[in-house]
Amino acid sequence: MACESDKLLLHAYFDGELDLVRSLKIEEHVKSCSDCSLDLRQQQTLRTALRMPGLYQRAPQALRERVLAAAARESGGGSRSAAWNKAVPLRPARRRPVLEWLAVAASIAVVVLVGWRLVPGLRNDRQTDLFTQEIVASHIRSLQPGHLYDVESTDQHTVKPWFDGKLDFSPPVRDMADQGFPLVGGRLDYIGSRAVAALVYQRRKHIINVFVWPESSSDVANAEGFKRQEIQNGYNLIEWRKGEMDFVAVSDVNADDLKQFIQLMQKP
Amino acid sequence: MQREPGAASQAEMERVVLPHLDAAYNLARWLVWNPQDAEDVVQEACLRAMRFIGGYREGDARAWLLRIVRNTAYTFLEKNRPAALSEEFDESLHVRDDGKTTDVEAEFARSTDSQMLQAALEMLPVRFREVVILRELEGLAYKEIAEVMEIPIGTVMSSLARGREQLREKLLTAQSKGVHRGVRE
Repeated sequence: MACESDKLLLHAYFDGELDLVRSLKIEEHVKSCSDCSLDLRQQQTLRTALRMPGLYQRAPQALRERVLAAAARESGGGSRSAAWNKAVPLRPARRRPVLEWLAVAASIAVVVLVGWRLVPGLRNDRQTDLFTQEIVASHIRSLQPGHLYDVESTDQHTVKPWFDGKLDFSPPVRDMADQGFPLVGGRLDYIGSRAVAALVYQRRKHIINVFVWPESSSDVANAEGFKRQEIQNGYNLIEWRKGEMDFVAVSDVNADDLKQFIQLMQKP
Repeated sequence: MQREPGAASQAEMERVVLPHLDAAYNLARWLVWNPQDAEDVVQEACLRAMRFIGGYREGDARAWLLRIVRNTAYTFLEKNRPAALSEEFDESLHVRDDGKTTDVEAEFARSTDSQMLQAALEMLPVRFREVVILRELEGLAYKEIAEVMEIPIGTVMSSLARGREQLREKLLTAQSKGVHRGVRE
């Protein structure tokens, strides 16, 4: 029997777009309605299928270079080329490593880096700026082909022991695939003049890098919880503290998703 | 040539636009299909974005850029492939009462592959296709989709429901054909 209830609301419910009250109402209805519960399962099947690799079309490297070169010409005040029907011949972009990193980094990625005393417990503004730049640069670099991880695994029990003997602390590693943030690997990195470890998570097509390091200072500024949030070069960066560790997550994922990620990371 | 007032510095371009280049290209690919055309659309959109970056205030840079990409792609389609835009949009949802069973669901789950999905998406009218892409591949919220497509949130919701329904129908049709072919061969 087809259910006569409002199917549009079922979609909104499925997409998490309803307020709590209406959401609960639908949840209750679905329990007793086989038609709507079948619809929901089919929507889930469709969603899973749509997230198969191969459907999302990433920008080719050549396009990034074209766009950068076109931007350089445009802002240089040269005559504007209508790059409409055919690509205009471009002179090669000047070598600017930072920009190239940026170009590579347009995908969505979360990377976790774990390090040992990256920075003094209290940073002044300038140090904080430099630190932020270093983190973002490391994130961008990690997105270049072949740089994302040294150990590729979705298993926290593979990734965590991998760091043994490579660092003088053991970073907390947890997979959060069930919450939509699968662990994809880890790597050693170098930040703040020392070796650090990086954990790499994924959110849909986006990558999240998280840097973690033990922070021994007992200063008030190092109380547990949220420390700061910044946006640099279009990347969201959030720093927090849990237990003895400081964490920095950086990603081009939207701020809400990143906050959700961090709430999950902060759970005991 | 003089720079237009409000034109972006290259640095702003890199800060605001480049992080979302994958999103821009993905949307363009699903709207115009051909990779070369998609690249041209994205490059043109980025240049437009650069010119009008004054119109961007701190906010959702991705949605802002995707709106420009979408408009650019539509201009391209109007000029080069007007037929793609002339499809009728049937916004009404059809209530199915024809043998909707869990068998259909199981079959659907088992045999969907990305090629089949791609072909089914290709057959969707462009507006349904883009709303599905923005929601499922790009992960945008209704509010962001409304901003990109410049339509009310209610329309986002109905287009998405209709788009999903059509996609599911096309997949089921493709699968039943595939099954028959398999039996004959």
